[in-house]
Amino acid sequence: MSENGIASSAPALTCTKCNIELFLGKVTVSYLGSEFPVDLLKCPVCGTVFVPEDLALGKMLQVEQALEDK
Amino acid sequence: MDHQRAKERENQCIQEQPPKCMAACPVHVDARAMIDCVRRGDYRAGLAIFNKTVPFPGIIARVCDHPCQTACKRAEIDEAIMINAIEKACADHSDSDAKKPFMLPKKEKRVAVVGSGLSGLTAAADLAAKGYRVSIFEAADRPGGRLREFGAETLLSDAIEKDLSLLNVLDISLHLDSPVSNQGGQTLDSVLDEFDAVYLGIGPATVESSSHGLTISADGLIAITPLTYSTSNEKVFAGGGHRYGHDYSPITSMMDGRLAAVSIDRFLQGASLTANRDLEGPFDTRLYTSIEGISPEPATPMANRIEGYTQEEAEAEARRCLNCQCLECVKVCEYLAHYKSYPKRYVREIYNNDAIIMGSHNANRMINTCALCSLCKAVCPVDLDMAEICLDARQSMVDKRKMPPSAHDFALRDMAFSNSDSFALARHEPGHETSSAVFFPGCQLSASSPEQVTQIYEYLRRNVGGGVGLVLGCCGAPADWAGEKALTDAAISAFADTLKEMGSPKIITACSSCLRLFRNHLPDAQVESVQTLLAMNPLPESASTKIPAHVTIHDACASRHDNVVQDSVRSILGKLGVKVSELTDNRHLSPCCSYGGLMSFVNSEVAEKVVRRRVDESDADYITYCAMCRDNFAARGKRAMHIFDLIWLPAETDPAARKGPGYSMRHENRARLKLHMLNNVWNEKTAEEEEPMKLSISPDVSELLETRMILIEDIRKVIAHAESAGQKLLDGKTGHSIAHYRPVSVTYWVEYSSDGDEFIIHNAYSHRMEVIEGLSK
Repeated sequence: MSENGIASSAPALTCTKCNIELFLGKVTVSYLGSEFPVDLLKCPVCGTVFVPEDLALGKMLQVEQALEDK
Repeated sequence: MDHQRAKERENQCIQEQPPKCMAACPVHVDARAMIDCVRRGDYRAGLAIFNKTVPFPGIIARVCDHPCQTACKRAEIDEAIMINAIEKACADHSDSDAKKPFMLPKKEKRVAVVGSGLSGLTAAADLAAKGYRVSIFEAADRPGGRLREFGAETLLSDAIEKDLSLLNVLDISLHLDSPVSNQGGQTLDSVLDEFDAVYLGIGPATVESSSHGLTISADGLIAITPLTYSTSNEKVFAGGGHRYGHDYSPITSMMDGRLAAVSIDRFLQGASLTANRDLEGPFDTRLYTSIEGISPEPATPMANRIEGYTQEEAEAEARRCLNCQCLECVKVCEYLAHYKSYPKRYVREIYNNDAIIMGSHNANRMINTCALCSLCKAVCPVDLDMAEICLDARQSMVDKRKMPPSAHDFALRDMAFSNSDSFALARHEPGHETSSAVFFPGCQLSASSPEQVTQIYEYLRRNVGGGVGLVLGCCGAPADWAGEKALTDAAISAFADTLKEMGSPKIITACSSCLRLFRNHLPDAQVESVQTLLAMNPLPESASTKIPAHVTIHDACASRHDNVVQDSVRSILGKLGVKVSELTDNRHLSPCCSYGGLMSFVNSEVAEKVVRRRVDESDADYITYCAMCRDNFAARGKRAMHIFDLIWLPAETDPAARKGPGYSMRHENRARLKLHMLNNVWNEKTAEEEEPMKLSISPDVSELLETRMILIEDIRKVIAHAESAGQKLLDGKTGHSIAHYRPVSVTYWVEYSSDGDEFIIHNAYSHRMEVIEGLSK
């Protein structure tokens, strides 16, 4: 999964619980037993992650479908 | 699907059977493909196809006695295609000559061919191409045998010489003035001493009994075994004009040379002479080709019979060719057409998809897209059923845990909702301890027109008598279509238990899919449709007040073979005095609306094609008797009504223009129906409904949620979780909140803002991939 574009297309996001801006960090995503490291915006305090729409409906969906057909 | 079964199904499909012209040709020239090249004006490619089967195309094109034309399918309409004239046009108008055949490496074994007529020349050419060292012994001073008897108008010597240059190319030794007889000179015995096998293509003349060791019949001909062309001497094979006397058929002579060469090759390799030879020579093809709707058109005349077809004439004649194919199923099914092949190939892909252990299962989506409606079987000349094949494959995928989780998840959750406390209900009629019948409206009529369910139930109570109970729930069809046998069995078995507890009453269904599923899975149960009861009983008074002038009927695919239901619907319309026209493909030929087999959940692109094709068939309002058909048509702007809409008029002034409810509203309608029935029929006070979270959703966002299959109840879960846990993000640019929640296997993201106690939904999306949150180590 590419991290290209995520940082630039993502809005300035704040975690309301921790009242702190999200920063780009390493996150693990998993599906059907496979795990991938991805750079995503996350809260530096509580670790809440933001998955942008274009990633969810684009690359993420493609990888889901590829794994489902394995 | 095991290998044996896959093979059987593959062989059942007749699409790859040869057309009649090709099957009737003794050497199986692919005339259909050749003519297709000529249709496009590509004579070089046409000649190449002809030459693939025929080593001497210039000769055969001019002298062939063309049994293909007698067999041509087009002759059933008007006149056979002038195949032979098109062959000649290929030879005349191609800018290239015959190609050198593919040659195997040279072998040591030597074969003698006696006689250089068409059978001898063909045997020599075929054996030389297989690598044998071939010598031809010809008694005359030039090769060709009876070919030399054709007049120059038919076959010029130049054409013979041009084609026979192949002998040099194939390194065949040609011995002219070299008779093989038993009267001095070269004898068969001396030839046999020198060669490993001999082919006798000696024409129709009789032979004297000789020392060749050959059995000679009473009429002076060599005794030849028909299938193998062998003689009483195992090294000697014979064929051609000698078998047919003076009834000269050049193409049959060529066949003899070819098939004798097959035997000689097998003999020299020590292989069986007889195995797998049943499709040699002319045979009856199983290919079916529909000629419905083809207008008669006579064969293209030839301006000059000696010159043959000009290019223009040949191409005009080629355009008459039917290009015989079966494809009956592909013609009627958008799903089969979408994947650009036909069942024989699909069966192979499905078998491979099931059998592979490593690598991608590339046919998953194709398998899951089939509507399982069996229209293919209804039109197939040999009853091949893709529904059976795809359902079997789905069950196997589920068994092997290879079913993509996203494929049927939404539909199965919908079914789980319907069989949960939110909707499921079973009650005897108020005031009755037993039920003579139960009304099972199913999940989709309850979702689409809940008010009609209450009206139908009232009608049944009045007309059936003996206590009519009510059972709300889903019959299990979605699980059945998803290949989830265990889930299906559980749903059926739960329903069967309910029935038993209610005294095994008759089941009255409103939906064709429920009706079919109960009949298939509960053979002992008595099942009937509301439609049949309406046809047999007086219609309620509410009927016939607002009748459309003219309608056409779309039959439900689940009722494809249920004439009783089909007739009942027509009988009801007759009672109502509605003028009905029939669609061309109706009753057992009706296509699915795209809901069947869960197609619309798996592949919206194909579903759109399927439903669009059906709604475009007629401008008339459609009458359906399945709620999903109605709603699918209405969603595409087609004026459509359920037959019940004519009897229990909905509140709308124009029911045919009503769009069906979206996924969320379908849930809500079912849940409300249950509460309504409990309150109003059984006077059971249900717990006060909690005031639901107020949402404001614009039509655009509603449509987005529908396309993305996100339910409002999931949106509420996300916001409830975010607001209670305080876990959400704030978009600094828009001021909107962004929150996510994963109830089970899907993470939903919602972008929203609030206005007092109302939440305004701006966007929502989902993914199945799980994000491991929290702080990394």
